[in-house]
Amino acid sequence: MGESLTPLHRLLVSAGYRPRIAAGPPRRLPILWLAGFIIALLLLLPVAYLLIRVLQADATTWTLIRSASTRATVLRTVALAGSVTAASILVAVPLAWLTVRTDLPLKRMWALLTALPMVIPSYVGAYLIVASLGPRGILAQIAEEVFGVRALPSIYGFPGALYVLTLLSFPYILLTVRAALQGIDPALEESSRSLGNGPWRTFWQVTLPQLRPAIASGSLLVALYVLRDFGAVSIMRYNTFTRVIYVQYKSAFDRASAAGLAIILVLLTLALLIAEVRTRSRASFERSATGGIRKASSVRLGRWRWPALLFCTGIVTISLIIPLSVLLYWLVRGLIAGETLQPLWQATGNSVFASAITAIVALLAAIPAVVLSVRRAGRWNQLPERLTYTAYALPGIVVALALVFFGANFAPALYQTLLMLILAYLILFLPQAVGSLQASLLQVPASLEEAARSMGRRPWTAFWQITFPLLRPGALAGMALVFLTTMKELPATLILSPYNFSTLATRVWSAVSEAFFAQAAAPALLLILTSSLPMAVILFRERA
Amino acid sequence: MAFKRVSTLIFLLPLTISACGIRFSSEQDADRLVVYSGRSESLVGPIIEQFEDTSGIRVDVRWGDTPELAATLLEEGANSPADVFFAQDPGGLGAVIDMLQPLPDEILDQVDVRFQDPHGRWVGISGRARTLVYNTSSLSQGDLPTDIWELTAPRWDGRVGWAPTNASFQTMVTAMRTVWGQEDTLRWLMAMQANHPIAYEKNTPIVAAVGAGEVDLGLVNHYYLYRFLQEEGEGFPARNYFLQGGGPGSLVMVAGAGILDTASNPELAEQFIDFLLSRVAQQYFATQTYEYPLVDGVVTARELPPLAELNAAEIDLADLADLQGTVALLREAGVLP
Repeated sequence: MGESLTPLHRLLVSAGYRPRIAAGPPRRLPILWLAGFIIALLLLLPVAYLLIRVLQADATTWTLIRSASTRATVLRTVALAGSVTAASILVAVPLAWLTVRTDLPLKRMWALLTALPMVIPSYVGAYLIVASLGPRGILAQIAEEVFGVRALPSIYGFPGALYVLTLLSFPYILLTVRAALQGIDPALEESSRSLGNGPWRTFWQVTLPQLRPAIASGSLLVALYVLRDFGAVSIMRYNTFTRVIYVQYKSAFDRASAAGLAIILVLLTLALLIAEVRTRSRASFERSATGGIRKASSVRLGRWRWPALLFCTGIVTISLIIPLSVLLYWLVRGLIAGETLQPLWQATGNSVFASAITAIVALLAAIPAVVLSVRRAGRWNQLPERLTYTAYALPGIVVALALVFFGANFAPALYQTLLMLILAYLILFLPQAVGSLQASLLQVPASLEEAARSMGRRPWTAFWQITFPLLRPGALAGMALVFLTTMKELPATLILSPYNFSTLATRVWSAVSEAFFAQAAAPALLLILTSSLPMAVILFRERA
Repeated sequence: MAFKRVSTLIFLLPLTISACGIRFSSEQDADRLVVYSGRSESLVGPIIEQFEDTSGIRVDVRWGDTPELAATLLEEGANSPADVFFAQDPGGLGAVIDMLQPLPDEILDQVDVRFQDPHGRWVGISGRARTLVYNTSSLSQGDLPTDIWELTAPRWDGRVGWAPTNASFQTMVTAMRTVWGQEDTLRWLMAMQANHPIAYEKNTPIVAAVGAGEVDLGLVNHYYLYRFLQEEGEGFPARNYFLQGGGPGSLVMVAGAGILDTASNPELAEQFIDFLLSRVAQQYFATQTYEYPLVDGVVTARELPPLAELNAAEIDLADLADLQGTVALLREAGVLP
């Protein structure tokens, strides 16, 4: 056997790679491993760029990084990320359970409506919340007319940032937990019930622990979303790390200091990644082979239906209906004042096209990393999956500038083409596909695939025929996440897109920043509408 | 079979993507101009279209915020595909000044020397003034300060909105440093900061907040108000108030444009900037975006006080290049994080 090892193989073996089946000739080149690492290396481009930039740093950068205000900013950022994540779990887990496992009326409509806030760009969401619930917003004006209240309490600062970011990001947890709930082996819950445990006890002791990987991967997405968000925190005036990085670019044009600060953000991300790994115990989340495709029975809510409906209505009202109403109000007011609207066909087409391609590419790119991390033992095999997250907490502007640097100077033929833009989207959003796919794969028993292999299927065939179909909920959730966040992406789209490639998000931004509110409302409404269509398709295709 | 469909998809995908890549790939064209515009499409899109129509030159525009585009240019370096940088403020142009080439005299001569780079590497296209915007239901003209120092008085505690991260605000502070000196400027900033001003991201939300009564007064550029009046009607309860005496509080600044050193089409670029200074384009800025035209013989919107009444101190924009010093001072005063 030793003779048939290629040099690469030997290198991999020395790096910890162990072929699973030791007997016989080497089965294949570690294609999976190679694919995983090539993708991970692409995702490390922004970090490489930051290191190059930070090498040019002078004393100002180091003073800034060591300053007390930087430390305070780290604490503020961590506090916000932690609070938003906790609040999102509290909102998302009950919603996921209600819309998957109960007889809640209009389940699918709720599933769709509660996922939609995610498509609202955070700067638009924050702007709409200020316009509606701000100290002198629409609600305050109504309150003044009716009750004579002069002003509502200020929402600026921590409460406003918490509020807006929770409403815009809880769907990340909602979607991953929904996918996990659909994949849970019903036999476990049934055994628990048959042993005399009530529904609540079963939920806490059997269902919830099973959901832990999904909650953790969704929470990771939420926490990292908070770390890199600029729009909401800037409008809510809460100084997080990303805002300080933006000030470096915007005011001081100091790229070295910005890079130094961004590296701290990468380190924070790594800390979160390690924490997330720790939440996964060695417990198995697999279905038993027989329970594989059976659907769990739904819980009867009985009179609990009313508080459940109230909860769903409340969340949809504050996260979707209020922002939508403000947009409609702007649109109607503008039209009455004689504003003419620009046609939006092309922007809509561009948005949908780029987002759909990104979603497909992200799914394909996620597969090697996820399969390695779930199906292969050993620290090295976990690496590609972990590496996909390193750039995820970076603000869009940092990722965009990294690709500007590498693209303009080393790949001019690709620079400012759609391909480059999709690479940027991939770097920004791949972890979303990875997270949901991984949560799904953890539920699929490896024994199914092994059985197929023992009957003569080749490894890839076995994967596509046996495992992949069972991953569908996770794959669809992951693609949906990537699609929806790509639809609203702004900084990378502005800098890296081909010329004259406007998307709905850039149209909204261009209009709202110059106070063309009616012009902003139309593409914003269209953005929400077009995003809801694929969501609707996915949700209605779920097994009835 | 699902497996077949998936594998077909995998094979077709790279083809599709590369097809798109080719379709959108950056070709070099003799009659094509690349403009990086830090001014928004809603504002200058129509006038650029008009240039395309009259000249037959295709303009590819990258729209963005001025500082982001400046950072992009710096990262691209000598490989930048851009021909022209059309920036919202001189600060953005200053950040890439080493990448700009001197403009021909035929262009520079059309605009007052106050509104261009002393070495002629960029030229002002339209003017905007710093002003106070106030809520007309809580304040009347008589309540308003005559001098920007009055805003540090206790009666304005918590009532003023400003945008310290915004380039125009920072240019005003740079003007304070040149007119008042470093120490007095720091004193003003600290006194303002002690008066709990409300910090906004940029001008638009300040005008919105003043109109809504969230703050009574805002330090902004003059032209945002007219957008609100157009959109919300004359009933929008906010108006501009131009400080008298020509101090930094009514500083006149410009949006400007420059041609990149590495421009592949410098002649087209000159033609473009020349067009932006033509009567047609200047009239557009005066009537459509409510800015000050910078070329003689074009009428200013009647809502605005004449340019000559403002900026009496004759502050030279070239003196306002030291953005780094201003940012350091803003940090020292605790205004910036």
